[in-house]
Formats: sequence, C-alpha cells, structure tokens
Amino acid sequence: MPAVSKGDGMRGLAVFISDIRNCKSKEAEIKRINKELANIRSKFKGDKALDGYSKKKYVCKLLFIFLLGHDIDFGHMEAVNLLSSNKYTEKQIGYLFISVLVNSNSELIRLINNAIKNDLSSRNPTFMCLALHCIANVGSREMAEAFAGEIPRILVAGDTMDSVKQSAALCLLRLYKASPDLVLMGEWTSRVVHLLNDQHMGVVTAAISLITCLSSKNPDEFKTCVSLAVSRLSRIVSSASTDLQDYTYYFVPAPWLSCKLLRLLQCYPPPEDGAVKGRLVECLETILNKAQEPPKSKKVQHSNAKNAILFEAISLIIHYDSEPNLLVRACNQLGQFLQHRETNLRYLALESMCTLASSEFSHEAVKTHIETVINALKTERDVSVRQRAADLLYAMCDRSNAKQIVAEMLSYLETADYSIREEMVLKVAILAEKYAVDYSWYVDTILNLIRIAGDYVSEEVWYRVIQIVINRDDVQGYAAKTVFEALQAPACHENMVKVGGYILGEFGNLIAGDPRSSPLVQFNLLHSKFHLCSVPTRALLLSAYIKFINLFPETKATIQEVLRSDSQIRNSDVELQQRAVEYLKLSSIASTDVLATVLEEMPPFPERESSILAKLKKKKGPGAVSVELEDGKERGELNGGGDRGGDAAIAASNASTPSPSADLLGLRSAAPVSGTAPSAGSLLVDVFSEAGPAASSAGVNDDGFLSSAPPSAASEDPAPPLPESDELLNKFVCKNNGVLFENQLLQIGIKSEYRQNLGRMYLFYGNKTSVQFVSFSTIVSCPGELQSQLNVQTKTVEPLVEGGAQVQQVINIECLTDFIDAPLLNIKFRYGGALQNISLKLPVTINKFFQPTEMAAADFFQRWKQLSQPQQEAQKIFKASHGMDTEVLKAKLLGLGTALLENVDPNPENYVCAGVIQTKAQQVGCLLRLEPNAQAQMYRLTLRSSKDTVSQRVCDLLAEQF
Amino acid sequence: MHIRLHTLNQSIRFILIQNRAGKTRLAKWYMQFDDDEKQKLIEEVHAVVTVRDAKHTNFVEFRNFKIIYRRYAGLYFCICVDVTDNNLAYLEGIHNFVEVLNEYFHNVCELDLVFNFYKVYTVVDEMFLAGEIRETSQTKVLKQLLMLQSLE
Repeated sequence: MPAVSKGDGMRGLAVFISDIRNCKSKEAEIKRINKELANIRSKFKGDKALDGYSKKKYVCKLLFIFLLGHDIDFGHMEAVNLLSSNKYTEKQIGYLFISVLVNSNSELIRLINNAIKNDLSSRNPTFMCLALHCIANVGSREMAEAFAGEIPRILVAGDTMDSVKQSAALCLLRLYKASPDLVLMGEWTSRVVHLLNDQHMGVVTAAISLITCLSSKNPDEFKTCVSLAVSRLSRIVSSASTDLQDYTYYFVPAPWLSCKLLRLLQCYPPPEDGAVKGRLVECLETILNKAQEPPKSKKVQHSNAKNAILFEAISLIIHYDSEPNLLVRACNQLGQFLQHRETNLRYLALESMCTLASSEFSHEAVKTHIETVINALKTERDVSVRQRAADLLYAMCDRSNAKQIVAEMLSYLETADYSIREEMVLKVAILAEKYAVDYSWYVDTILNLIRIAGDYVSEEVWYRVIQIVINRDDVQGYAAKTVFEALQAPACHENMVKVGGYILGEFGNLIAGDPRSSPLVQFNLLHSKFHLCSVPTRALLLSAYIKFINLFPETKATIQEVLRSDSQIRNSDVELQQRAVEYLKLSSIASTDVLATVLEEMPPFPERESSILAKLKKKKGPGAVSVELEDGKERGELNGGGDRGGDAAIAASNASTPSPSADLLGLRSAAPVSGTAPSAGSLLVDVFSEAGPAASSAGVNDDGFLSSAPPSAASEDPAPPLPESDELLNKFVCKNNGVLFENQLLQIGIKSEYRQNLGRMYLFYGNKTSVQFVSFSTIVSCPGELQSQLNVQTKTVEPLVEGGAQVQQVINIECLTDFIDAPLLNIKFRYGGALQNISLKLPVTINKFFQPTEMAAADFFQRWKQLSQPQQEAQKIFKASHGMDTEVLKAKLLGLGTALLENVDPNPENYVCAGVIQTKAQQVGCLLRLEPNAQAQMYRLTLRSSKDTVSQRVCDLLAEQF
Repeated sequence: MHIRLHTLNQSIRFILIQNRAGKTRLAKWYMQFDDDEKQKLIEEVHAVVTVRDAKHTNFVEFRNFKIIYRRYAGLYFCICVDVTDNNLAYLEGIHNFVEVLNEYFHNVCELDLVFNFYKVYTVVDEMFLAGEIRETSQTKVLKQLLMLQSLE
C-alpha cells in the first residue's frame, strides 16, 4: 500500500509548513504568517485568474494558518468557489475550509448550500459524501432548512451506494439533534428501521446511531427496531470469530456494532414477545459465557473489545432489572474484574457494580465484595479509581455493614485527596445518619468528621448534627459530653467550636454536675476559642453565653463582665456589638422567669429530608430541584435557629430601646439579602401608581422639586467620591433596597422602584448619634455626559437632623438614553462643629431600566444570532468571587431585571436571560448568557445587545456580582 | 427500571490529538464551541491528561463529560464523550483509528499529521461522523481512502 508522501500534491504548502516549523520564536512565526497572508491576499486580488490548483493551495494555507490559532478574515469566497470544482482534491479543500471556518454569513451560506445541493444531486458518491459530511460537520439551522427533506430520501433510496447511506444516516442524525423541528417523520422512518437488516455492516453501524436517537425521542414509532436489533445481535454474538471478516476486530466479531445494538435496546423495556425475549436472554448469557472463555489473543485490544460488549450487556441487564439470574452473574463477573491487573477493568467494574448495588436482586451479591472494595479504597494509585471505590462503598452500605464502611471511609478521609474530600464528608454524614442505630455513634462520627476534615464539613453537615441532637433527647447528654471533650484539643476546628457552642448552650447543664465540666469550666473552654474565631462563630458563641446565664445563674457575673468589655460592646462589627449590648441588657433587666422563657431550650425541628442528602444530590446532578428548595428553607431556619430564641424575644423585650444599628429602616425584613425586585417592589407599588404620571412627564417642577440644586448651605466643594463608592454601587446592581452607606455618624438606606424608563428612589438618612446634625444638605449631580443621559430631580431635605432621627428624601430619575456613569450624591452637615463632607455614587445603573422578556428557545437563538456582530457582544471570563450556588445565581440574575429563561440553553448548567432596556430615546434588547464552570470556579459571561455600549456596561456591572 | 433519557443522545463531543508539549495536531469538534472555548478546552484536556501515568486508567472525568484517551509515543489521542458512554468501545475506537492512520501513512509519525493535516480530516470523517462511529472496518476505510487518493 503506497504511503502518502509529505505534503503530497501541494509543494508550496509543504514548504510553508516547514518554514513555520523552523521559526525560532513566536515573533518570527507571526512575521512569516503575515508575509504569507499578504502574498495570498495579493494573489486573490490579482488580475490574473487563479487556476484551481493555486486556489486550493492558498485556501489550504489559510486553513493551516487558522488552525495555528490566527484569525482569517478573507478567502471564504475562494473556498466557496472550490466547492464547484469538479476535481475531488479541490472540492475537498473547499469543504474542509467551510467546515472548519464556518460562520453564519448569509451571503455565503446561500452559495454554499447551492454547491451542496449540486453535489447531492450529482450521483457521484464521492461528491455526495463530501457534501453530506459538510452538512454533518456544520449542522446549522440554515442547512437543516435546506436539506432536512432531501437527506431522508437519499438515505432510503434503493440505488444509493452504501457509503453514501452511512453518511446520510449520520448527517440526518446531526440535523435532527440540532433542529428536531425541521426533520419530519414520514414514510422514510419505517424504512430506516429496516436498515438494521442491511447486509452491509457499515450501514447498520451508522444507521443504528440515528435509530437510537429517534427511538429515544419517539419510542412507540420505532418499537419494531427491538426485534430487529435482537436478531441482528443474536447473529453477531453466535458467529464465529472469523465469520464477519472485515468487521472482526482482534477476534471479536463487530464489537462496536454489538455495543450500539445493546445500547439501542436500553431505550426500551424488556421485549414483551416471549420468543424475542428468549433470544435476547440467550445473547446476554452467551456474552457472559464468553467472558469466562480463555482469550483468543493476548493483545489488550482483544480483551477490551470483548469487555466493551460485556459492560454494555451488563448495562442492559441492569436497565431491565428483572432477571435475577443475569444480575447475579453480572455481579460475579464484575467481582472477578475487581482484582484484575488492568486498572481500566477495576475502574469499570467498580463503576458498574455501583448501579448493581441499587438492584434488590444483586444488592447482596455486591455486598460480598466489601473487603476487596475497601482494599481498593486504600491501595489504588489512581484517585479516580479510589473515588469509584468510595462511591461503591456508599452504594452497598446498609444497616448490616454501615459501621464498618463508615469507619473505613473516616480513616480514608485522613489521607484522602483534596478533590474528593467534600463529597466523602457528605457521604459519611449521610450514612451515619441513615444507619444510626444508636445516636451516640452518629454524634461520634460527625464530630470525628469535623476533627479529621473540618474544612470540608459544610454548613449542612453541622446544622444537621445539631438538628438531630435537639430532636433526640436520648443523645443530648452524650453529645454535650463528647463535644466538651473534643473542645479540649488545643487546636480544634472552628466548626467544632460552632457545634460545641450550640450544644453546650442548649445542653451544657446535662454535664454540669461533673466538677471537671462545671459551668464555669465550660464557659472558659468556649471562651478560650472565641478570639480565634470568625465573626459568625463569635456571634453564635455570644448567644451561647446568654443561654449560659439562663442555665447557670452562677456564671452571670463572669459573662456579663465579658459582654461588658470594650472588645464586645464596642466591637466594630455591628452584629457582635448589637448582640453584646442586647444580651447584656437582657441579662441585667429581665427577671429569671422572663429570661427562662426567652432562652428556653430550642423546640424540636420538624422532620424532613436531610439537608445533606439534598446537597449531595445537588452535587451529583439533576433531579434534586425540589429538594434544593427545601434545602434553602431549612438552612434559613437552622441558621436563624441559634438566634431565634434570643433575637425574637429580645426584639419584643426591648422594642422601646432604640439600638443604633437595629433595623433603622425596617429594611431587614423587607429586603432579603439577595433582594429580588418583585418581593420588595410590591411595597412601593401604591406609592408609585400615584407618583407615576407626575414623574413621567419630564421637566415637572413642583415647588418641592429642584433639579440639581446648586449648593446653598456649605461653601466647600463636594468631596470626591469615597474610594469604596464603586464597591457600594456594585452591591446594588442586583437589588433595589438596602443600606448604601454607614459610618459612625450616619446611615444611608435606599429603597427604589423602577418602571419603564423611570425610577424613584427613597433615601433615608439616619443620625446615629444623640447630637443633631446641622446644615444638613444633599446634592445629586450628573457629571459630564451623564447630564444628557439621565434626568434626576431631588427634593431638598430639612437642614436639621435630630439625634437618633431619620429623614427621607425622594429622587426621581428618568433615563433618557443609555449611560455608564452613576449620579453622585454629596452630603454635607456639621456634627459638633466639624463639617462632614461625603460623596457617594447613587446606585442607578443601566440595568435598572430592564423590562424582562420571556421567550422560547428558538426565538432566543434566532435573536442571539441576529446580534452576532463583534461590537454587539461583550464577554468576560472571570473567577468566581462568591460561592456558585444555583439559587443565589438565579436570584442575582432575576435581580438584574432580566427574565431568566428556563430550558433554553442546551447545557442545564448555563443561564440565559433576556430583557429590554427602556430609555426615553430607544429600547435596547439585551440577551445574556452565563456559563459557570464549577470545576474551575470560573464564569464566562456573554452579553449581546443592539448597542455596543449597553453590552459592555451590563457585562461590566454583572461581572462584579459573582 | 433504570430510565436513560438524555444520555443516549450525544456521544462524541470532540476528538483531539495533542503532543506532549500541548501542540494540537488535530481538533475535531462535534458541538458548537467558539474559538476561545475551544482553546480553553484544548488547554484543559492537555492539563488533565498529561499528568497521568501508565498505571492510571485511560479515562478521566472532564467537566460533565469524560475523556477517553490513549498515548501513542509522544501523541495523546483523546475523545470526549458523555459520562454514560462505553469507555472501552471508544478506547478501541481510538486504536482502530490509529491503526488506520498507521497503514495509510505507512508507520505514521507526528510529522505526517502536520504536513497532511487536511487528509487527516478525511480519515476522521470516514470513521467518525456527527459524533458517532461511522465505519469500523479498517479494510473498508483504507480501500475508500486509497480510492480518494487516486482521484485528482
């Protein structure tokens, strides 16, 4: 057989490739490429018509340059010209160029489709295949529209050559996957099924992929394929190793076709027809028998091909889940593989056994391999194999072996790879809970988990242990004792402190009788950890302390002392400060009765599905949506649980004691952290329906409305915006309400509502001191360009703000056209004689004027395509700076103001949104796509809109949100 | 009964041939990706595959998919498929492809793939199309390639 010589046929190409390879640096390469591009450009533009050979050569060079990673912006026309050549080599290069560098340039698509059409009707099988391959490679909607009718005819026509049938079948599959609406079922469908009987094995191999896809979508219509597939499979399985000649691979008859046939059968339940079913069971038995036969070759190709069929057969057996005999045989076979010297086989056996473990027929058989699997977990070199072993242990776990498996997993955790620790932790936590016979074992397990892998113990896990301890009074004393002991360790994980704080706060009394864990000892132990902990943990500990005061009156003085210390009561963190102040007050003014009521033991939690299980489901993929929601709810409840007893009662008891940061604006209840517009918006609807008409007529100047009033009170220039004002602005991109700014004197809260191109914002200025602010004035200004883009009107505020009082200011905003900068808010006042001068950016961003737009997938992609010019798109790839929780992402995207479109992106991990930005001058349609990559902790954000500045701005704004 | 719905609908997402330094010798995409995305995938695949040794499996989880790969001298042949796809069938699919290349280019080496990149695409399309296995018989594929070779 003649070997192909280097660059055969195109010397110039070979020389060029050699030149590139000889380039010593990237610069040299670019230089050489630019030289070549200039040369090709001049050839294409030259007066002399190029012959087909030269055109082919140059197009091929362009393709090579493109594949090196350089942009190619010409040559498409020449490539299209090549399509109509009648020489194969020229046509091939033309089609290749089109397939690799396709873009939806409508002009060209028409020409390309024309050329394809000619080739499809040429009756030249080589040309037909080239054309079909091009369609299959590009698979665009335009091509589907042009050829979805034609290709089925070619596929089932009696005189079509075998190779063309193969290509036509897969070409049609591609079109069906890309545009199922355009491929219409018809008379051809029944004839396609009969391709399973085709005598050409290649045709069957190609056609079966199409049939499998069609069957999975329309099982009833293609039901007849089952018996055909069974008889085809039966013929292959029972053939001798040389019968199938060309299709025998290392003594295995038609391995790929066998796998595809077995996979097709997995689209259907077991055959109802007894004869068909009998024949199929016979096939499956034969396949299992063959696995026991001595190999016909020592080559790994032989055993791989054989085992490919075996694993596919086992998949089918598991899919049917109705033949106990086959299930057990499958399990035994896999059991042999568990100790095979080939890592691949051990891996696949572990994986496959995992599904067998869930069948009632084979669960027990799987369990007999526990020692081997534990050994695999300990000794396998490849982490992915260990991961499968852990999965299998989890799957085979039941009451009889839970203790052993949990112990093994725990000991594995000590050295486990970082990549799988979190999942392992979840699994251990779930198994411990699910199979806990006595809850002391459960508590031990979870505390061990925190000790060994505290960093990987998520909130769900430690919430859950607390939930269970609270609900089971038989384990509370044990839990208190164990956690007390665990806290003795000199370095213990913060999660341990959390659990310890909570449990001792609730049940510390159960061990207080022992002088070694007397109340004061308990408190000192907890407090010794305090300073090393993060703010949320400290907050939890403070709640534990107030509970101690109730449980053990003898600790009151010590704890009050701690609460009273400057580091608590003057803590710079508002939450801690508030807790310290309130708890101190509560402990000193409330009677013991009140205290006992307020700080009563937590009531049992309502039983529902474990939040950890939900988390694991989430990690593991779809099907857990409903659970996820519950997870969120439960988290809220548990999270607040620590404070619920305290805070709620405190709010009641000290309603008359104003605390500086206590919900100055009543915002905390109105606006959840993620602040989606609808929930908070409803509050303002009434206000707005009145104000709407007035605000919408631009230029209204009631007495109270002052358009960008000049500074009257203070002579000093407004301060430059605070360095953090951009960050503050970013906080409000996806929410409308919240605290914009706060320092020791002043708190500024915001509520806002947007309709069409209008917005109304309420600013609340709270004086946190007990002294009045004088000469209080605010100015809202639109610097530079913004002046012509936004119309902002403010009402003046009273120049006096009493100590502890709050004043309100209304701002009306009209968006004239799209904008980038934010209006500036300057606040000046005198406090104790000193002038305060603060400038901030008002969180008015272009996305506030979004109207959500619902649309179907087809519409979305059509519009997406329409916005394909480079300047219409803005894209950012960035690292996640927060967690990648689905619900949070969704809330943020909704908060942005767009509609979150479900079931549009083929990848369920991605998010797509659509909205129209309403400005007075125009409406700007905007499409958004956010692609999270959980593994890399990265996002890619793509914005397309009819206006480049809008795409860019929204992209910039949103990129800061994740 | 275990129901499989989406999993059967797509098999090969892409085929990559890379050398140890990460240079791409063939990239065949069966899914829509834009250029940046392709570049990123190429880099990621290189990163996950090259750190593995001969004692490791020929399979790596990759995003929501898996990579079935095999190393031949300095070249990694990688196929990205759905997680439920048959690992060994694709592993041997790679080998079958390599044997065809070897026969076609008479003891194929990396340079053959460089200088004849446009022919390698033809070989791929004969054996894999639309992300599916099109033809598995080496005899048939080579016969067809020789026929095409003889055409002008």
